Amino acid sequence: MTIIEQPKEYKVIGTRPIRHDGLDKVIGKAQYGADLKLPGMIWGALTRSPYAHARIKRIDTSKAEQAPGVMAVITGADMPVAEAIEIETGEEVTNLAHASDKLMARDKVVYKGHPVAAVAAADQNAAIEAARLIEVEYEVLQPVLTVDEAMASGAPLVHEDYAGKDLGEETRNTNVADHFRHETGDTAAGFAQAAVVVEREFELTMVHQGYIEPHNATALWKSDGKIEIWTSTQGAFGVRSSVAPILRVPETDIRVTPLEIGGGFGGKIPIYLEPVCAVLSKKAGRPVKVVMDRKSVFEATGPTPGGRIRVKMGANDKGDITAAEVDLYYEAGAYPGSPVGAGAMCALACYRVANARVDGYDILVNKPKTAAYRAPGATQAAYAVESVVDEICQALGMDPLDFRLHNATREGDRRADGPVYPRIGNLEQLQALKDSEHYRTPLEREGADGRLRGRGVANGFWFNGGMQSCVTINVNSDGEVGLVEGSVDIGGTRASIAMQAAEVLGLRAEEVHPVVVDTDSVGYTDMTGGSRTTNATGYAAYLAAQNVIAGMKERAAILWESNADDVEFEDGVFSSKHDSELKVTFKELAAKLTETGGPLAASGSIRQRGSGGGFGSHLVDVEIDPETGKVDVIRYTAAQDVGKAIHPSYVEGQIQGGATQGIGWALNEEYFWSDQGVMENSTFLDYRMPTALDLPMIDAIIVEVPNPTHPFGVRGVGETPIVAPVGAVANAIHDAVGVRLTQAPMKPQRVLAAIKEKNGNGA
Amino acid sequence: MTTAPASQKIILNTTVNGQEHQLLVAPYHSLLEALREAAGLTGVKEGCNDGNCGACTVSLDGRIVDSCLVLAAEAEGRQVQTVEGIAPDGQTLHPLQQAFLEEAALQCGICTPGFLVAAKALLDREPDADEDRIRLWLAGNLCRCTGYDKIIRAVQKAQG
Repeated sequence: MTIIEQPKEYKVIGTRPIRHDGLDKVIGKAQYGADLKLPGMIWGALTRSPYAHARIKRIDTSKAEQAPGVMAVITGADMPVAEAIEIETGEEVTNLAHASDKLMARDKVVYKGHPVAAVAAADQNAAIEAARLIEVEYEVLQPVLTVDEAMASGAPLVHEDYAGKDLGEETRNTNVADHFRHETGDTAAGFAQAAVVVEREFELTMVHQGYIEPHNATALWKSDGKIEIWTSTQGAFGVRSSVAPILRVPETDIRVTPLEIGGGFGGKIPIYLEPVCAVLSKKAGRPVKVVMDRKSVFEATGPTPGGRIRVKMGANDKGDITAAEVDLYYEAGAYPGSPVGAGAMCALACYRVANARVDGYDILVNKPKTAAYRAPGATQAAYAVESVVDEICQALGMDPLDFRLHNATREGDRRADGPVYPRIGNLEQLQALKDSEHYRTPLEREGADGRLRGRGVANGFWFNGGMQSCVTINVNSDGEVGLVEGSVDIGGTRASIAMQAAEVLGLRAEEVHPVVVDTDSVGYTDMTGGSRTTNATGYAAYLAAQNVIAGMKERAAILWESNADDVEFEDGVFSSKHDSELKVTFKELAAKLTETGGPLAASGSIRQRGSGGGFGSHLVDVEIDPETGKVDVIRYTAAQDVGKAIHPSYVEGQIQGGATQGIGWALNEEYFWSDQGVMENSTFLDYRMPTALDLPMIDAIIVEVPNPTHPFGVRGVGETPIVAPVGAVANAIHDAVGVRLTQAPMKPQRVLAAIKEKNGNGA
Repeated sequence: MTTAPASQKIILNTTVNGQEHQLLVAPYHSLLEALREAAGLTGVKEGCNDGNCGACTVSLDGRIVDSCLVLAAEAEGRQVQTVEGIAPDGQTLHPLQQAFLEEAALQCGICTPGFLVAAKALLDREPDADEDRIRLWLAGNLCRCTGYDKIIRAVQKAQG
């Protein structure tokens, strides 16, 4: 662990410059994946399964092959068979055989929308029409659609040959891909000490990341055997390391160029289209582009799991949590790998619980394979735990923030799954929320027209990530610098990384010119995800900038015929330690690179292991129409320890955006399933994400408890803000109308039914 | 629907961002397809292709439409404005564009063109629109990144 002394004041960090890529994005010139046009480029389209679970008996591609403009048709038989090995792709571990099978079925389809064939044709409409001409004969099988169905004895198997794990032991003939346990202390003894014990069960449905840009990819399989890929991804290197073994080509023969990305939230870490485009391209001899339609995005790309959660928690009359048990049953989707592992680690992370047990179940169902979604797995667990904490506070008559402060984890505490916390800001951010004007202002309990108001709080934790990044800085003769990075910029990271380099170099943010490049043009860099980019890629930029300064000192030493050790650098000026007359600015020295040895470029690379966890608590006021059950959010405040806010506007933006996704999850968003596993609301009309009209302003309180393992104290910020909102909204609804909603989303009919049941006129 | 052969394409005469265009389009092409594929104006984004996200919002004779729901042929002889045409002289940014930058009103940026076109149409008509009115007007444009807070503030800033 590197501990770096905190400089007292910053010149660039903490300011709010206009982001470097902003202009292109407000004039419509930024190039996203779907905007790419290449010479000779043709379009692909996929044929997808109408069934959630079926055996493929026969595929007839002959009509499609003869359709106008068609240049290639492929099925699963054209895809190489990938080895069943697991690789790390950022926030997920990917089993390559599953990843390959997911993007083109061979024998069996295991979710509605599962691709079974693909065509490439002269234009997009021709490709779509031809894809419809592919005839597939299916033997329809009974789908498995809920965690309970999946675990029932005699349930149909999503994968007949899959070996699951139960507490480390291999199991067969099961849909439970994994069952694991974290345990500390003695929960029976802990519950025996409790004055209050609350036990509840919660249920959630799948929700989608909801990025506005559909997945897309363009590939060119060149005649020299090399493959070029242009795509919308959170990680170009992850695409490369997934595509190579799936296509069975060396990684080094693949170059992935990440184009601008229109939102990801974890859902653009996995690959869906790239190998299909590449195989089509090989057959057609042309670059092939595929852009997914919205229906396929919903049906066949990464939702986050629904499932069932049981929480039991006890506290003594002093308000100490004495024991807790959590059972998480998460839908993995059609292949193993739900985020239940992270959910289990986050479930009790906000609290000191000496006696705890957390069990996690990763359960196969005939639904799309789940993908990471912002703090994957944590929101579901926090909804359940924070609701139970709220009940305990009420039973004890304690203020919900006082209870959370009293039990809050702090430096040196051990989480239920093992790790001991380094310096964290859980207490500080809870205190900041308690001190907020919002919390100190009592809520007026009645709104207009008999509407009822309530207030809720919840706390949330996400690890934040470190991982690997590489940055190269090129010094230009005009004294400005180019910054070459591999981190895809989803929400302002060009700025937050450039600003860290600028701080070291004594330049303005605008004098650092960041560029996100392809996998041949920068060192390995992990995906933009895990709230890691401003931390780790920022750290790499810091190191690269330090190396630039070291190189520049050598150049100054050449000018002054002295030694680099005799050169100091401060406020953009190099000076001699021995001769106060000898000074040269960064800009002046940059103009003298040619005469002092030639171009100067320097890199920084890091495997950042210190991420410093992120805690964020949210406070929400709701107003409920008791006639309809509709819940409106009327005031919202979120506090979060971010370590250090490099660009505060984009930090606030992350907090506001995460809170909003959480509000959508709490109130409106869900997959409606038919009894055959078909999603019935696969449009933005019926899958209701929050609009501008649904929300108030969202106040973000930035708390800065520096991460000791980062030169500027950055912890990362993006994911923590989605953890607390669902629980906070549930608690506010309870406060308003006295009903505890244990199913999300808390949509009007559920709220209304609960109010009616409470008033004795339900059913 | 069958795919019309290229010989059945039509020539669309329309004015886009003040410039007359003759675009070769199929009768079934949407205005969105015509703008992106035939005119090369890829600032117009496709998010859903069914009129629910607003990423493809353009102005048609001064009225905002989801260009995915308008047939290209319907733009014959009419005035279309896209995000590429918002800066008054093509150089200086419109106050909305400047405010979006200063207020950090975009994260991934995919919804930004639609928001800018929609917000400009509002401010052209109702320069003093209050927060509720702005929120209602922009409810047809989905943003998944920002939570709308900074977008609303940017529109308010552009009001001066």
